[in-house]
Amino acid sequence: MITFSNVSKIYESTGKKVTAVDHVNMSVEEGEICVFLGPSGCGKTTLLRMVNRLVQITEGSIEIDGKDIQALDSIELRRSIGYVIQQNGLFPNMTIEENINVVPKMLGWDAGKRKNRYKELMEMMGLNPEEFRKRFPWELSGGQQQRIGVARALAADPPVMLMDEPFGALDPIIRDHLQNEFLRIQKDVKKTILFVSHDIDEAIRLGDKIAIFNQGQLMQVGTPDQILSDPKNEFVRDFIGSDREIKRLTLLTVKDLLNKGKKGNRKSNLTAEINEFYVTLDTDLRNALAVLLASPTGEAVIVDQRNQPHGILTFTDYELLTGVHPSKLKSIVH
Amino acid sequence: MKGRSKVETMIRIGLYALLIALFVYAFQIGAFTYIAENPSEIAYLVGQHIRMVAISSAAAICCAIPLGIFITRPQFKRFEFLVINFANIGQTVPSIAILALVMTYLGLGWQTAVFALWFSSLLPILRNTIAGIDSVHPAIIDAGKGMGMTQKLILWKLELPNASYAILAGIRTATVINVGTAALAFLIGGGGLGDLIFTGISLYDTGIMLSGALPVILLAITIDFMLGIFEKLIIPKGLQRKVEAI
Repeated sequence: MITFSNVSKIYESTGKKVTAVDHVNMSVEEGEICVFLGPSGCGKTTLLRMVNRLVQITEGSIEIDGKDIQALDSIELRRSIGYVIQQNGLFPNMTIEENINVVPKMLGWDAGKRKNRYKELMEMMGLNPEEFRKRFPWELSGGQQQRIGVARALAADPPVMLMDEPFGALDPIIRDHLQNEFLRIQKDVKKTILFVSHDIDEAIRLGDKIAIFNQGQLMQVGTPDQILSDPKNEFVRDFIGSDREIKRLTLLTVKDLLNKGKKGNRKSNLTAEINEFYVTLDTDLRNALAVLLASPTGEAVIVDQRNQPHGILTFTDYELLTGVHPSKLKSIVH
Repeated sequence: MKGRSKVETMIRIGLYALLIALFVYAFQIGAFTYIAENPSEIAYLVGQHIRMVAISSAAAICCAIPLGIFITRPQFKRFEFLVINFANIGQTVPSIAILALVMTYLGLGWQTAVFALWFSSLLPILRNTIAGIDSVHPAIIDAGKGMGMTQKLILWKLELPNASYAILAGIRTATVINVGTAALAFLIGGGGLGDLIFTGISLYDTGIMLSGALPVILLAITIDFMLGIFEKLIIPKGLQRKVEAI
């Protein structure tokens, strides 16, 4: 668990005081992804970098599992925290294997253990360990480099990870892909992750918790559902945008909707062939809506994991969600 | 890439042709006769020349690289502009002026020449060392720090390897120029192959002049070639793409 109590950072330059982080109080549970969200210059990156003491705390304290980070040796602290940055920061003079083994090597792991760990991590990332062992960062695509960046941060199996817009520089398709993979990996490794982002969609998708910042102050912290249904103030409302009801659909899947309303009752008239307008049970309702809008009949075939037709999704199914207070949205389908 | 390498080969062939032409000319004018007739004198002067270049370059490398590393440390970073400006101004002073200046203090002789050569090769190496270390991408240093690398590890594992291309380029340029400049050492009694060149000039004897000039050219080419191989060995493989791309 990471606890921020009254954390502030004040930069002083030529007599002028600039408050980058202003009395932040919050905590992040173990195994949780907390996304720091906000416009640039809001202090989210500064706050992140205070956790591994790349930025000194001016006031207040940060505790990891009850231990004040100021009391720890900064080098050891950093070695026990995974760190991923936007431009991936891979070392161009080292091979992929050397890059991944930087922290294990500093921690004094023997060669055999390092080799096994390298293999394990590469397989986790879906990359062939042998193919990449002797290659250099510049030979890899942006997506591959970022995956190596994540693998490197995971190398010594740190309980806490700090990620500073790790997918920010990637194109939308690769980013989408890596976000999915990231969630899959997180399911296995269950790290406590602080994740900086300026993209509300990314935050909704990845975060168990979202903390929204503005001008160094914490505006609101809560689950994506809480933030979207109950924005605390004008800033949060503006930041998440007027289409927040549509964004909320990202949080629900077709399966959720079926469980509530359809009970498979229309299965009988299932004669539709699987055409290009189909959704799976795991498709989120936002994407499903997009498919419906594109479909000439206003219908989409729902297919299950084995690619067998399961039912039909239509606009009327969404009526289930109307007239319900946003905060109840999740409860009506579960 | 292929087009570029074609142009490169053509230019290279042209330069070789020029060099061969020079040698043929030197042969006709009688430079080789002089060399053949005075082998011990030539050997002595070449030895003296090489010694001058080797000592001054080695001393310059030993001073410039540590100084460059020192001045780029966070604690001393604020003095960096001073050193860079000093190096820039220093480099605009012609080598012959440095020789003259140093001579007024140290008098004539071999030591004076070595000192002046040391000083003029110091600056390009220093400047390249500083520029090389400064040009290492901040994200790389940030990642290293964030992963818990100590200052020492960051210097040895990140900054120096990633700056090695610039540093070695500085050494290569400085040393090759040094070979040429060392020919001037004769003017202040430093000896070396300049002896033959200046004697040839004052006697209007192109043969003697070229018998000094040709070894200087060969020496410069050989040293450049050897340092080129050295670069290939030392620069991390992950960075050599840049070398090939140029």
